[in-house]
Parts: sequence; structure tokens; C-alpha cells
Amino acid sequence: MRRYLFILVVILYSALLKAEVLKVRLNSSLSSLHIAIKKSHAGDTIWVEAGSYKEPPLLIEHPLTIIGIDYPVIENTKREEIFTIESDSVNIIGLQLQNVDVNYVNDFAAIKVNKQEGCKFENNHILNSFFGIMLKNSSTCIIRNNYIKRNPTEEEDEMSTGNAIHLWYCRDMLIEKNETRNHRDGIYLEFVDRSIVRENLVVDNIRYGLHFMFSDHDQYIANTFRSNGAGVAVMFSKYIIMKNNHFEYNWGSSSYGLLLKDITDSEIIRNYFNTNTTGIYMEGSNRIKIFENIFNQNGWALKIYGSSNENQFSRNNFLNNSFELSVFGRSTTNKYDGNYWSLYTGYDLDKNGIGDVPYRPVKLFSRIIGKIPSSSILMRSLLIDIINFAEKVSPVLTPDYLMDHQPSKKPFVYD
Amino acid sequence: MFKIFKYSFFDLIRSTWSLVYLLFFLVITSAILYMSGDLTKAIISMMNVILMLIPLVSTVFGAIYLYNSREFAELLLAQPIKRKSFFLGQYLGLSISLTVSFLIGVGLPFIFWGVIGSKYLSNFLVLMGVGLLLGFIFSLLSYWVALRFENRIKGFGFALFIWLFMSVIYDGIFLLILIWFESYPTENLAIILTLFNPIDLGRVLIMLFLDTSALMGYTGAVFYKFFGALNGILISSMTLFLWIIIPVFFLVRYANKKDF
Amino acid sequence: MIEILNLQKSYGKNLILKDISLSLERGRIISILGPNGSGKTTLIKSILGLVVPQIGDIRFDGESILGKWEYRKKIAYLPQIARFPENLKIKELLNLIKDIREQNADDNYLIQFFGLEKEMNKALRNLSGGTRQKVNMLIAFMFDSPVIILDEPTVGLDPVAITRLKELLEREKDKDKLILFTTHIMSLVEEISDEIIFLLEGEIYFKGSVEELNQLNGSGNLEKAITNLMEKRNV
Repeated sequence: MRRYLFILVVILYSALLKAEVLKVRLNSSLSSLHIAIKKSHAGDTIWVEAGSYKEPPLLIEHPLTIIGIDYPVIENTKREEIFTIESDSVNIIGLQLQNVDVNYVNDFAAIKVNKQEGCKFENNHILNSFFGIMLKNSSTCIIRNNYIKRNPTEEEDEMSTGNAIHLWYCRDMLIEKNETRNHRDGIYLEFVDRSIVRENLVVDNIRYGLHFMFSDHDQYIANTFRSNGAGVAVMFSKYIIMKNNHFEYNWGSSSYGLLLKDITDSEIIRNYFNTNTTGIYMEGSNRIKIFENIFNQNGWALKIYGSSNENQFSRNNFLNNSFELSVFGRSTTNKYDGNYWSLYTGYDLDKNGIGDVPYRPVKLFSRIIGKIPSSSILMRSLLIDIINFAEKVSPVLTPDYLMDHQPSKKPFVYD
Repeated sequence: MFKIFKYSFFDLIRSTWSLVYLLFFLVITSAILYMSGDLTKAIISMMNVILMLIPLVSTVFGAIYLYNSREFAELLLAQPIKRKSFFLGQYLGLSISLTVSFLIGVGLPFIFWGVIGSKYLSNFLVLMGVGLLLGFIFSLLSYWVALRFENRIKGFGFALFIWLFMSVIYDGIFLLILIWFESYPTENLAIILTLFNPIDLGRVLIMLFLDTSALMGYTGAVFYKFFGALNGILISSMTLFLWIIIPVFFLVRYANKKDF
Repeated sequence: MIEILNLQKSYGKNLILKDISLSLERGRIISILGPNGSGKTTLIKSILGLVVPQIGDIRFDGESILGKWEYRKKIAYLPQIARFPENLKIKELLNLIKDIREQNADDNYLIQFFGLEKEMNKALRNLSGGTRQKVNMLIAFMFDSPVIILDEPTVGLDPVAITRLKELLEREKDKDKLILFTTHIMSLVEEISDEIIFLLEGEIYFKGSVEELNQLNGSGNLEKAITNLMEKRNV
């Protein structure tokens, strides 16, 4: 319904501008999208009716709206790039774009945009494409509600797959409600500022669900990143807000819920880290507020490497993780006060909800593993239980600054 | 041999001990399944129980049983029977009766919980297989204790020591060795040391099948490459069987020379 | 029937049997006497193959028994302590022994003889010590073995049972068997044994009939004769 209303608005709008409406339909006088684009003028709308269209490269050089009715299937005759957009204000809506083959020379995409503004790609199905939607040097675009999926093959690797949504040197972008599967990275951002990524579902991608670098002032809200090869990796960025995201089932020897490398002055709030090998892996990251997150059943909830300073962990729930915290190097300025740790067994005599005994989330064995990786073969042995217990009773080896001085007796409930 | 097996099996399976052992497994398995509500977690928890309890019960209970049946053993050995047949038969009776209690006690609740049709079946079978082999290995060690020490108190203490050694002290030495060679790659050394202790080997096999290897990072991948590959599985199984065959060989040799 | 040649056995440094040679023949009841630690039990256990001697040989019907087991088909054994698997019934126990020996057993007669008919389906752990001794005897006597070896057979028996035991022994002796037993009860020795072997510190100190022993010591009482024997030794 909303879609038709939108189409109506577009029609009225174009009528006002005296813009034309072209209809593409199989077995009619206008049966090729390629010709329709050539015939069209700036501001026109092209309607594409259902059917299967084999097209030569579609180059768009003036503002244009292309709307598919019942997902017409568009394919490049050489199985190469489908849309190349070199104009502002191009909208592509409701198409099924498919079969862009792997190419080791050109990064072919279903939709590629270079140096433009105000574009909108909405409700498209992009199937079996090398890259899905790729934007370079662009701004104020909306990528919404697209379904981008490759057919997984046996022998795929990082080289033979491209990213589903790939942005490079962009700003003020909105990426929302997309679903991406089986690509190299689900969402890849490099030098992308002031953008919002929200409510996307990113599943089963080969490398990272979300991968961004050198991208500042961005917000990531309510996305789900599930079962991606190496989870989510974010690097060399500042002023990032990550809120209400789910990081789940990223399981493998080099897999992370969220890998932070050189991220500063950011907030990670109310995310849910469930069943990842490592919930958050942090390296060279400073002044990050990690509040009110849930870490459930991860191998390691937190792994913190050297030169990470002044980070705050508070009001988080740590539930049933094999290891809660591992710290490598000597960062003494991180604060772990006021969390709930399900492995905490202290008492609360004054009944104020805060345990009277500080909690040490770093287990001795996790430190041993850090130093001598092959000792991990002793995991879950009786000896390790005894060592951990002894260290808990009389801590001599874990330093004092790795303590929660106000451990909560009950899990936090966030509204 | 079969006659002796039959009598000792039926003697043991009707003992209060077997019943207690069976009930213990039934209760603890059901409790763990009920509380975790999740087959993987239950298998991990049962792994800890099995790795600790089966060696302990098999050695200590085995030694007690052998001491108690000492006089009867004398009577039977004075009958026209080969010593080898007697000891192998009695050993099978002991280990199989313990194993039956374990298989039923742990198996029934898991089957009731629907492990058969689930994707965790192979994990569960590895768990049961490890428990089974540990039972056979450690009841064999109890023979060594009971034949070696005439004094029951000493023998009982030694059985406990064997258990303690295999479940804790060995790993302590293991860890010290790894620390000692800290600056070298010790993955292969760790694999070899694991092969020499059936409890460690059992634990690592269960863990790798449960996909916990991911927790071990790069080294986990090395271990998985060894233990997860066909060769590794063959070597591990062979080692566990050697843990039975070699002691059986020595048991028979020792039993032939022993005075009763 | 049984020949013992230069038998030596030690446990560690403790020499239990020092160079024992003996020949034991059918149709006789032979008692082995001696103080505690003199090697009585070790000697009979060597014959049964329970103890493996270091030096010497034991021949049964002319063949060495070392490392053999078939010869034990011809030996019945009554151990000193009767302890059985707790959870078996008497019936199952008898079947087990019959199964192992694969010989014809005269168990029905003996069950009646000992009055065990009603106990056959009871688990062994529920039996009294006396009943267990009866079961013990039942196992030893139910096969028609040419040799019967008894280790302290009267321990734990009530007078009635002792009488039964004597009856059994007399009956078996008449079948031209070799009966070998150790005991401390001199009256039993006097009453039934044809021959005495007196062991002291691992050596045969005396071998002969009761009369010979009495004559040797010039006393009419076996108990006294034995005491004399031991005192002389100590002098």
C-alpha cells in the first residue's frame, strides 16, 4: 500500500515537473530498459513491468527514477555490471538484479555510483552478484530494504566474493533495513562519515558482517550480525555510536562478535553479544563507554589487548561466558566497576544489591592461555578448576586494577 | 573365561553398589539435563562428571571388590582353571557391570531428552565412548593395585593416588612442562602428553567434537587438525585401546607368577 | 600319587619352605601339623598351584604341576575361610563350580546331608557363618576327586558339623583317596589320621604315624608328644 502511495506521489511529482513516464514491458514497443534510459530526460520515471530483461551496460547520466513492478529481473548480457550511475538523484526501486560474475580486474557491482548525491536504492533484490551496491565519493544517499544474497559455493574465498554494500569516501548516508547474506563483507565502509546504519540483518557473510575503517561520527543501531566468518571488525575510527545491535553466533578460531582496533571516543551501549568465540576484542582503543550490554555464552566475553586505555565497562550483564575477561599488557586505566557477573559468588550483607567483596573477572587460566597458548589443551580439566579456585580464594597473581569493586548481585534489567 | 565373567557380572550387577552407581548417574544426568535444558551444555557438564567420577569409581570400587573377593578367588584358582581365564573373566565382569550402570544411568535420560534424533548424537556418542573406555581402563588399573598390595589400606590409598595422579597431578606436570618450554612451539608436545593420559585424551576428544576448539584460537586449530582428522582419531582410539591391551598383558604375566 | 621334590619357597627374604621332599600316597589321611608360620599353608597351596615355588618340583601322578591346571580336576579343596560372592545364591554358586569343573557332582546327597535344602535360593550374604562353612564343605566334597585337601577344616564348625565332617572323611578314605589336612585340633588328628607330617620352620621335623610319634616321645598323649617335640627342638 505504502509503495503504491509512494509511486502515486512520484507520478504527481513528475507530472508537476512535466516529467515523462516511460513504461518498459516485454513484447511491447519499449521492451528494453537500456532504450528507455536513452529516451528518458532528466527527472523522468521509468516503470519496468515484470519479466526477464537482458540488458547491455546501463549507464545513467541524468536524474532518473526506475521503478520495478513485481520485481522484473534485470541482467547484464555479459554478466557484468548492471547499473553504472553518474548523476545525482537517481532512484532505483523494486528491481531484481542478478548474476554479476566475479571479475578480478574490475569490481563489478549490481549498482555502482561514483561521485553523486541524493540517490536512493530501495526494495531491490540483488542476487548472486559480485558486489551488490557500491558507492564511491558520494553523499546523502539512502540504501533501504534491499535483499542482497549470493549463492554460496564450495570453494569460495575472500578474493572470489565482493561486499554486499560497499561505501568508499561517502558521507551522510543512510543504510537501513537491508538484508545481506553470503557476501565477503555484509556492509563495508571506508572513509564514510556522519552516516547511519540501522536495522540491517547481516548473516553468513564470509569475512565480516560489518567492516568499517577510517569512518567517523557514524551510528550503528539495532542491526543484527549473525554467523559471519569473522564477526564484525571496526578500525581506525572515532566518535562511533553502536547501540541495540545483536552480535551472535560468530564462532571460529579467529571469529569475534565485535573487533575494535584503534577506535576512540565511542559508545557501545545495550548491545547483545550471544555465543561468539570472543564477544568484544579490543586493541588500541581508548575512551570507549561500554554500558548496559549483555554478554551471553561467549567463549571470552572481553579480550583486551595492550594500549587500550580509559575505557569504561559498567552496568553490563556477563552471563555464562567461559571466560569473562582476558587482559594482555598493562592497561591500568580501564574501569570494570558495577557490572553483573554470573560467575560472581560473593555475598551482600548490607543488602544494597552490590556484592561486598570485589570481583576479579580475570581467571588465572585465561592468563596462562594468553602466555602459553598450547596450555589451552588443558581446558575444562580438574587441574584448571582447582587452579582457578585457588586463585579465587587467595588471589596473588591477578593484579588489583582488574577488579569490579561494585559487582551487582543481580543481573541488570534494561527497559 | 566366560563362566567366570558370567558369575562376577551377575554378582556385581545385583550389588547395592551397582544400583547406587546407576541411580547416581540417573539423578545427576536428569538434573543436569533439566537445569541446562540444552543438550550441548548438558554434554559439557556430563563430561566433567564422567571424567572425574568414572576413573575414581572404577579404581576405588574395583579395588574394594577385588579385595573382598580375594578368598573366593583363592577357591576358584584351586579349581581346574587357567589363571588367565579367571582374571580376564573377572575383569570383564567388573568393567562391564560398571559400564552397564553408566550406560543406562547416563543414556536413558539423554534418550528421553531426545538425543537420538538430534544433531548432537555424535557428540553424545563420543561422550559415552570415552566414558566406556575410561571405565575399562581404570578398572584394569584397580587390578594392578589389588594384586600388587596385600594390605587393603595401602591398596585403597594407592588406588586413590592413581586417580589423583591421572586426573590432577599429571596435568600439573603437563602444565609445568609447557611453561618450561614456553619459548618454543609446544603444540605437538602438548598433543603427545595428552595421548599418554587417557583422562586428558578423553577430555580433548569430547571437547573437539563439541567445537570448543574454537576457544583455543590458533592452537585449537592445530589440535583440531590432529585430533579431528582421521589419523588423529585413529591414533587416539589406538592409544586408548593400548591403555587396555598393555595393562592386560602385564596383568596376565603378573597373575601367573603371583602367590595367593 | 603326589611327590614333592626339594621344594623351596620364600617371600622376600623370608624363607618359608626349606628343601622339602615328600611322597604322599592314596588311601591315607595325612595331617600336617606345626606352629603358626611353619609353612603348612604354603605347602598345601604349592600343591594346589596357588603358590609358585622358586626351587624344586611337585609331581602329580608323575607329571610336574608347575604352570599346569588340568591336574586340579583330581583335587578337591576346602579353604580355611569361607567367603563367597555376596549376591549369588547357593544354587548359582554350586552351578558355577560345577561349570568350571565339568565333572559329575554328588550334590543332592550332600545337600541333604548338611540339611541345606531350604537355603538353596538364599543369597550368600544372608547366610550365617556356620551355614557358609557347610557350603564350603559341600563344594569340597561334591566331586569324586582322588585327592582332598583341607585347610583347618574344623575352624568355625559346631560339634555336630565336626561329626559330619569326620563321617565324610571316613567315607572318602574308604574310596582309596588321599586326604591331606592341616589343623590345630589334636583330638581330630589322633582320631582320624594315618600319618602325621610335623613342620617346623619350613622343614619336615617328623613324619610317621600317631603311634610312632607317641613311641618316640614315650608319652601316651599326642598333645604332650607334640609339645615335647617342640621343646626338644628349642633346647
